[in-house]
Amino acid sequence: MLSRVAESVYWMSRYIERAENVARVLGVNNQLQHHLSGLTEEQWDPMVKVGGDEVPFRARYGAATRENVIEFLTFDAGNPNSIIACLTRARENARSVREIISSEMWEEVNRFYLFLREPDARRRAVEDPHPFFEHVRRSSHLIEGTKNETMEHAEAWHFSRLGRYVERADQTTRILDVKYFLLLPSADDVGRPIDDLQWSALLRSASAFEAYRRAHGRVAAAQVARFLLFERDFPRSVQHCISAAQLSLHAITGTPLRRFANTAEQALGRLVAEIDYTDSAQVVRGGLHDFLDAIQNKLNGVGDAITRTFFAPHAGAEPGK
Amino acid sequence: MTFNGYDTGGFYDEMFLPDGTPRPEARLLVDRINGLPEGEVLRRHQAAERALLNTGITFAVYGDDQGAERIFPFDIVPRIIPGAAWDPIERGLRQRVEALNRFVDDVYNDRNILRDGVVPADLVESSAGYRPECVGLRPPRGIWCHITGTDLVRDRDGTIYVLEDNLRCPSGVSYVLENRGVMTETFPVVFEGLGVRPVADYPSRLLSMLEYVAPAAMKRPVVAVLTPGMFNSAYFEHSFLAQQMGIQLVEGRDLVVADDRLQMRTTSGFEQVDVLYRRIDDNFLDPTCFRSDSMLGVPGLMDLYRRGRVALVNAPGTGVADDKVVYAYVPKMIRYYLDQDPILPNVPTFLCWHDKDRRHVLDHLAELVVKPANESGGYGMLIGPASTAAERRRFAGLIEAEPRNYIAQPTLALSRVPTRVEDRFEGRHVDLRPYILYGGEIYVLPGGLTRVALEKGSLVVNSSQGGGSKDTWVLSC
Repeated sequence: MLSRVAESVYWMSRYIERAENVARVLGVNNQLQHHLSGLTEEQWDPMVKVGGDEVPFRARYGAATRENVIEFLTFDAGNPNSIIACLTRARENARSVREIISSEMWEEVNRFYLFLREPDARRRAVEDPHPFFEHVRRSSHLIEGTKNETMEHAEAWHFSRLGRYVERADQTTRILDVKYFLLLPSADDVGRPIDDLQWSALLRSASAFEAYRRAHGRVAAAQVARFLLFERDFPRSVQHCISAAQLSLHAITGTPLRRFANTAEQALGRLVAEIDYTDSAQVVRGGLHDFLDAIQNKLNGVGDAITRTFFAPHAGAEPGK
Repeated sequence: MTFNGYDTGGFYDEMFLPDGTPRPEARLLVDRINGLPEGEVLRRHQAAERALLNTGITFAVYGDDQGAERIFPFDIVPRIIPGAAWDPIERGLRQRVEALNRFVDDVYNDRNILRDGVVPADLVESSAGYRPECVGLRPPRGIWCHITGTDLVRDRDGTIYVLEDNLRCPSGVSYVLENRGVMTETFPVVFEGLGVRPVADYPSRLLSMLEYVAPAAMKRPVVAVLTPGMFNSAYFEHSFLAQQMGIQLVEGRDLVVADDRLQMRTTSGFEQVDVLYRRIDDNFLDPTCFRSDSMLGVPGLMDLYRRGRVALVNAPGTGVADDKVVYAYVPKMIRYYLDQDPILPNVPTFLCWHDKDRRHVLDHLAELVVKPANESGGYGMLIGPASTAAERRRFAGLIEAEPRNYIAQPTLALSRVPTRVEDRFEGRHVDLRPYILYGGEIYVLPGGLTRVALEKGSLVVNSSQGGGSKDTWVLSC
């Protein structure tokens, strides 16, 4: 397929996944607030930190109030990671490849965008956040489901899947990192009821609460981190995401697994091996934040390698095959 | 919402006779709409618009710095043409396209029509669409005008005239297909009762034509649609047609000339392209041949084309017959090349470069429609009866300065079709753009795009100027 088209399909999927995760974090945080009165300011602060956008946020909004954070992360077109900014780019990408993705899928992307652009969207998000962010999440799922059921599972589909899973792996590490920021001000809270609520909320934001309960019962910090990083069968864990991304990457090139023919396969293969052979207990003891940081850097490296291998204009050179 | 009290206003109405009774072919639809419960027309109309918005059938408006996209306004009342009335139109269009194709080929090769003085050579060579780079070109199978959109209008007395021919990249056919899809959902019962000729096979016919003109006989030539990109006002159509034909939609940056072939950059290297349905203007096709500042085209494309390594649809240079001054000579071309009388008449046209015509035009500006020879989209026109004295003075100046570039025609009382205006139906003026494909045979899409001037009394139907569209139903008999 055309390099330009592959790139658009890949980024379309990354942006949709990113928008979904912003909604997840916002939605759960909002619910958490109902349980924890009196924590308002601290509660919304990490939302901004998790995206790495603290400086521009402070400059333009000042205090991390609920309204400000929702505005910044949802509707602020000047914030490149806001839901609306993600959807605008996702839709532009989708529009540029609408002859490749199915009509049904394009229509869902378009509907999602139009939903965010409805005149009273802001009011609804602030006054009644739960159904609003629920809708965002469901729109993303609808796109994913429509894609799986209406698009041929060929090269474009694999590029979309690659984008989805690389982005999701990255987002899951960020969601875990929120907790790190949350814990900073009050390390005393560890193990207290409030801590339990926060870890549960964290699981919920990754749709992992029920699966976690079935597997481990009591909510314990180390166990939660391990679950979100290493639980093979859970579709939002980092391990699951990068393995799925790897399958699609190799489906695109035809290279057998455990071998590599280009830097994308090499970088992703190394990361998969690292996650596979990491002692989870050690990670939690040895400083979760640094570990998450390292994973994020490696995921960036994978993204760069994918761009170089498949999307960069190649004047005559054969890309990895 | 019913047609009771609908006023044809002294115009030719496509749906009602002057005495207010429905034309026979429209009776079933009129009864159906009149029988709908109160509010139902509006509800269906909104459902139809919502469907168009969700599918993103929108166009960008140039000069709108919001970058806003709008849906092409759609009206729920179709235009109905009985089969017997359509058949001569179809024959007339075939005849016209055949003559136009002969003309373009002649202009760039043998020049017989110029030498015989039927069409003045300096007129042809001064046309904005004339491409000296195309002299001596022999496109595959001798076809230049593969896709033509010819605009037709009906005057007060019912006569159908050809208003202009669009032989470069006529757009709008995607709206025909989408409008039909929406209408079959909106009035399914009426549809089944009437026997409307189908339009849904247009993409298949387009693809067959594109494959037919591949440079060398091959089993499955690779065909692609070339678009300027998603910010073009017709981008929706480009991607829609590529999707419906199951072929690649490419931009200039996806293409490169390598190994003496046109190639696409793919994730697994280069892939050859044999036929390019290009939706960008001649001038932007190849910076080494036409405009050197073009970022949209492919360097070296014209050279490949000239040597028969790739086919371009439409061929470069067809714009010469798009010129509204050249248009005036089409009836003569039909006689010259085909030795036939034209089936469809032209609108009487004054050519401002003739002294006598120009004097007449300048004396009658308030009655005439003045058009620049090489604009499209309804831009740069003067509609005399609706103009101010200042506008007429400005046009008189423009005509004096560049007589070659202006024509004038009598202001026709374009026919009308009932159109929903808030909670009632009112007559609005329409035109019709049928699409003609020239491949192994000449095919005319039944009906085409009916464009409607939504503003009361307006004669300008272009989408960029407040126009909308209607489905066009050509009946089987």
